[in-house]
Amino acid sequence: MTALLSRRTLIKSGGAMIVGLSLSGRGLAQVLPAAEAALGKTVDAGELDGFFAVHENNSVTLFCGKVDLGQGLRIAIRQMAAEELGIGVDRIAMVEGDTALTPDQGATAGSSGIMRGGVQIRQAAATAREALIRLAAERLGQPAEALEAVNGEVRPKAGGKGVGYGALIGNKRFGLKLDAKAPLKDPGTYVVVGKPLPRPDVPEKVTGHHTYVHDLKVPGMLHGRILRPPSIGAKIIEVDEASIRNIPGAQVVRLNDFLGVVAEEEWDAVQAARTLKARWSESATLIGHDGVRDWMRAGPFMADEGLTKKGDAGASLAGAAQRVSGTYYWPLHTHGSMGPSCAVADVRDGKATIWSASQATHRLRLTLAKILTLQPENVRVIYLDGAGCYGMNGHDDASADAALLSKALSRPVRVQWMREDEHGWDPKGPPQLLALEAALGADGRIAAWRTEMWIPKATAGLPNIPLLGPAEAGIAQVQGISTGLISQNAGPMSYNVPNVEVVVHWLKDSPLRPSNIRAPGKIANCFAVEGFVDELAAAAKRDPVEFRLDGLSDPRGIEVLKRTAALLGWKPRPSPGPGGLGRGIAYVHYKNNETYVAIGMEAEVDRASGAIRVHRIACAHDCGLVINPDALRQQIEGNILQTLSRTLFEEVTFDRARVTSVDWASYPILTFPDVPAVLIEVIDRPREPPLGAGEAATTPVPAALANAIFDATGARLRNVPFTPERMKQALARGAA
Amino acid sequence: MASYTISVNGNSLAVDSRDPDQPLLYVLRNSLGLTGAKFGCGLGQCGACTVIVDGEATRSCQMPVAAAVGRKITTIEGLGAPDKPHPVQAAFIAEQAAQCGYCTNGMVMTSTALLARNGKPTLGEAKEALAGNLCRCGTHQRILRAVMRVAGRVAP
Ligand code: FES
Ligand code: FES
Repeated sequence: MTALLSRRTLIKSGGAMIVGLSLSGRGLAQVLPAAEAALGKTVDAGELDGFFAVHENNSVTLFCGKVDLGQGLRIAIRQMAAEELGIGVDRIAMVEGDTALTPDQGATAGSSGIMRGGVQIRQAAATAREALIRLAAERLGQPAEALEAVNGEVRPKAGGKGVGYGALIGNKRFGLKLDAKAPLKDPGTYVVVGKPLPRPDVPEKVTGHHTYVHDLKVPGMLHGRILRPPSIGAKIIEVDEASIRNIPGAQVVRLNDFLGVVAEEEWDAVQAARTLKARWSESATLIGHDGVRDWMRAGPFMADEGLTKKGDAGASLAGAAQRVSGTYYWPLHTHGSMGPSCAVADVRDGKATIWSASQATHRLRLTLAKILTLQPENVRVIYLDGAGCYGMNGHDDASADAALLSKALSRPVRVQWMREDEHGWDPKGPPQLLALEAALGADGRIAAWRTEMWIPKATAGLPNIPLLGPAEAGIAQVQGISTGLISQNAGPMSYNVPNVEVVVHWLKDSPLRPSNIRAPGKIANCFAVEGFVDELAAAAKRDPVEFRLDGLSDPRGIEVLKRTAALLGWKPRPSPGPGGLGRGIAYVHYKNNETYVAIGMEAEVDRASGAIRVHRIACAHDCGLVINPDALRQQIEGNILQTLSRTLFEEVTFDRARVTSVDWASYPILTFPDVPAVLIEVIDRPREPPLGAGEAATTPVPAALANAIFDATGARLRNVPFTPERMKQALARGAA
Repeated sequence: MASYTISVNGNSLAVDSRDPDQPLLYVLRNSLGLTGAKFGCGLGQCGACTVIVDGEATRSCQMPVAAAVGRKITTIEGLGAPDKPHPVQAAFIAEQAAQCGYCTNGMVMTSTALLARNGKPTLGEAKEALAGNLCRCGTHQRILRAVMRVAGRVAP
């Protein structure tokens, strides 16, 4: 049905209200006047007009607070809306994350895009459809029950002439509240949801026509670069502005310890940043990456907290005949966006417009308003695609950088970070340490389990993480740290263990400024829990799949596990195996109440070099109702390969003064020769609610790999990354 | 300010640059408005800035504008457009081989250069050719499938 939609056709079909979501090589000036037409509309998420506008030409504009970060919401949410609204996807244009136009649906984070954002929009679409049917009932003089909304018109079910949406309400407001009771369509009748429709942005992305925030040009725009301190916390002693005298038009902007340069030409700004002579105080306040594990045990701590208590794990462990224990460590990671963070800001005459790839434009708007001392209503943040961010990378920081420079100069300024800025200064995924202990019963099942973990405590109610530029400029910000929900999935909750205790030692801080990074905390926790379940299966001399199935009672969990094993042609036997190619499996019920995933892996280890080679990865995935199976598969593929990269290669290194892994040589990631075959089975459950898929499949990856390596070699890896050096040490220590 | 005449997508264009060492990437993106090539690292490590120079996949962040004179440069915009994609771009569309798409320029250009010199690469050859192109989203499998599709081979 739907041919490949280019965003250009969407623009045409969408009428005049479409904003700069597809600037596509066009200058901003050509786009904004069209956007201005929609300004003043409500952005109230309780109002139908917040989300939808129906135009006279029978097209619809969808105002979406969630944004497409590369994960395919741009098609999936449109499909959800199209289905309920009874109109083709190609008739719906979508505006994302523009604070002047789209409701605040919360940050695009935590796998909430479809599960909450899409579901809310689906309800709005159902509300709109019912309203259109009511309007048509009056117009046609027929009872509403006798009418249906199909293909952009409301028509009698019995046949006969209908009336188009445009004619019913074109360009007028609905003036209705979102109706939480508006009936949703029966999934058995779906014609758009569940189809692998192509993503509208792909043709432009593969031809170089897609406008990223990096590509935006605003008239009169200067290029800026920031000189971050040479060590974290260092202060400026002296800046020699004359040192860039030879670079035409280059200019220094200094606000306390915030130091930037601007120039008309981008290369001149880069050169100016490299040339500018500045003297800084030394600072050596960090613990260094080698010291993180000891530091985590030592504190300082906020508090200890019992997260789970079931039965009496302590007593049961004390009296157990067979006890197993292991300590697992997950290091700091960078988000590692392929494009360094970038933003364009125009702060003039008491107003500010900031184009940003932020995950949370509404939140950023409030933050920037404070920083700029403007009223929020005078600040507009407009989302434009950035490089994939997988959590909060440097986009919010770069937005503040651009805003500060623009405010100082009263001209639009584009700031793009350099590679060393992104690697060195993006907020980092925090480290995690878990000590696990368990007892096996005489029946070969897990009788007792205790998780003790050391993780930083996120600050409750923190409006935004403190941003770099304002901090350097001495602008007051609410202090605190953000990590995402990193304590979830840290126990054996899926496995019917009678005695369980999960305790967390909350650290006051993190070694480097933290933020949420894809599936916050859950990857490390699942690495520990599912690696440890494997250790227990081995201690019980039982097959790892059977051992897990024995404890599982949730049929959806059982199904993903069985299907994943089947994808690999799994034959039951205990680990380790005979050597050569090893196989491993791991399972997660994400956050204990969302998506079900099992990952199986086949890997081989070169004993001489310690090199690990992954041959095949299998994944069965159940996130309930599937909106777009192809976009879903792509999320699963991405989750798997990115986490394979994090597990095999990645650790942020830093000394007492600064981050030392500041490029792709010192922070290597997965490359094409490392890429294994990936087999995916998507389980669609049309009668179940749609759950998130942007994170869940990351979580079992490290354990599946560690378990496959154990199966191949008898050596257990409990520290990420799995470097050849660590592998060799483990082989020397633990090979059977 | 010196002027350099460079050949881009079949057009001979004069561009001004104060610095003969200004990387071609900045000239393409800013002076010529060809923003398909992306700044990823500026260090020759990621491939996001790849263009084809005299038939070879080349990192435009590492090529001074002065060195580009007299060479035949093709950018991703020179291959095809959304409504008229080049066969390699069409294969990327068919395989939906982009997530965020920031690396995609480099993937398309490197694959195009590979397929121009070897019309039927094996999967191993494709992985080798793309070894210096990084993707953070994990789109690798689809990119390989796109290359195999053009090569007329069974997708991995
Ligand atoms: S930007 Fe040129 S190789 Fe990374
Ligand atoms: S698609 Fe995002 S970096 Fe490759």
